[in-house]
Amino acid sequence: MDTSSWTTLALGAAGFDAAQWWQLFGHFALLSLLAVGGAMTTAPDMHRYVVHQHGWLTDAQFAASVALAQAAPGPNVLFVAVIGFNVAGLAGALATLTGTLLPSTTLALAIARWGRKNERSRALRAFNTGMAPITIGLLLATGWVLMRPSGGQLAALALAAATVLLMMRTKISPVWLMAGGALVGAAGFV
Amino acid sequence: MSSGDVDSPPAPVGPKPTPTPAQLFRAFTHLALQGFGGVLPVAQRELVEKRQWVARDDFLAMLSLAQVLPGPNVINLALMIGDRFAGTRGALAALAGILGAPLVLVLVLAIAVQQVQHWPFVIGALRGMGVVAAGLVVATALKLGQGLRSNALGRFWSAALLATATVAVALLQWPLVGVVLGLGAAACWAAWLKGAAEDTGA
Repeated sequence: MDTSSWTTLALGAAGFDAAQWWQLFGHFALLSLLAVGGAMTTAPDMHRYVVHQHGWLTDAQFAASVALAQAAPGPNVLFVAVIGFNVAGLAGALATLTGTLLPSTTLALAIARWGRKNERSRALRAFNTGMAPITIGLLLATGWVLMRPSGGQLAALALAAATVLLMMRTKISPVWLMAGGALVGAAGFV
Repeated sequence: MSSGDVDSPPAPVGPKPTPTPAQLFRAFTHLALQGFGGVLPVAQRELVEKRQWVARDDFLAMLSLAQVLPGPNVINLALMIGDRFAGTRGALAALAGILGAPLVLVLVLAIAVQQVQHWPFVIGALRGMGVVAAGLVVATALKLGQGLRSNALGRFWSAALLATATVAVALLQWPLVGVVLGLGAAACWAAWLKGAAEDTGA
């Protein structure tokens, strides 16, 4: 690769200066502490900032970044890295990912340690007892929301039901189930 | 949740697991790279069922805390599990594992996919994967939910809270923060009172 290709990889096609890097990092760091339930809950504001306020990305690029990170293996939070990469290459990815993770991981670690020291406390036991059904409810809500794009198609419901059954009754790896889903989708059944 | 299900064991059997930071890094890398559509179902499979590093109810408790805290659930979970076994180094090892290889992979894909994203079969494959991802999450919910049978709030209230949370967020689309704080506060308050009743032997 020539020098300009490396530059593009590192800083993105449009170039990016230090001030902009700190702006990007700062905004994502701010959103980090608001992201109860995951970075995706703050995605609308990321969209507003990156697409509308600064014009660093188009609508389509933003949506494509999210879809890519969801399809690829690994935590879906990596969608912020793809957004950052599309804005300003590796530097941009670094800005968005560290911004998104630094504040929340620091807080989470501190609170988890407090929790471990106080395991037997009545407050923590009450928390675990009370939150358990709600956590399960939120997971089911996530499953429901993920089904929305398929619009209630019978084939999609059948595929989802088959997935649940296979996960519950067998030890088949989720990777194979995903591969199956990709084939079924590519073949046009869902 | 009948006897035909693959077990989500309530507690690890055998000697207490003590993974090192290196083992945590490898384990989390391994499970993250299988996590198409999301890592949580794989994490539950690997850590609770296969390696039995974490008891099912502990996993659920950590996930509950991870959800209430800001930040991605599975990231917070990795931190907590890593920290539990090997302190800060463990937490960082788990974080590096769950993010490192996937980050490299996703950036490579970001460069490559620009060429093929308009192909119809790619769009279809992504759609199919989305549906399977939904199924995986529901299955994880059902597995973790097995512990609700013995929840101190009782089956009726557990079910009611569960259903309310699901409907509020998925159907009514109320803001997540509000649901978690509001419903959560009520549930924890009720559990606190239940704890008082048990302590006094009422």
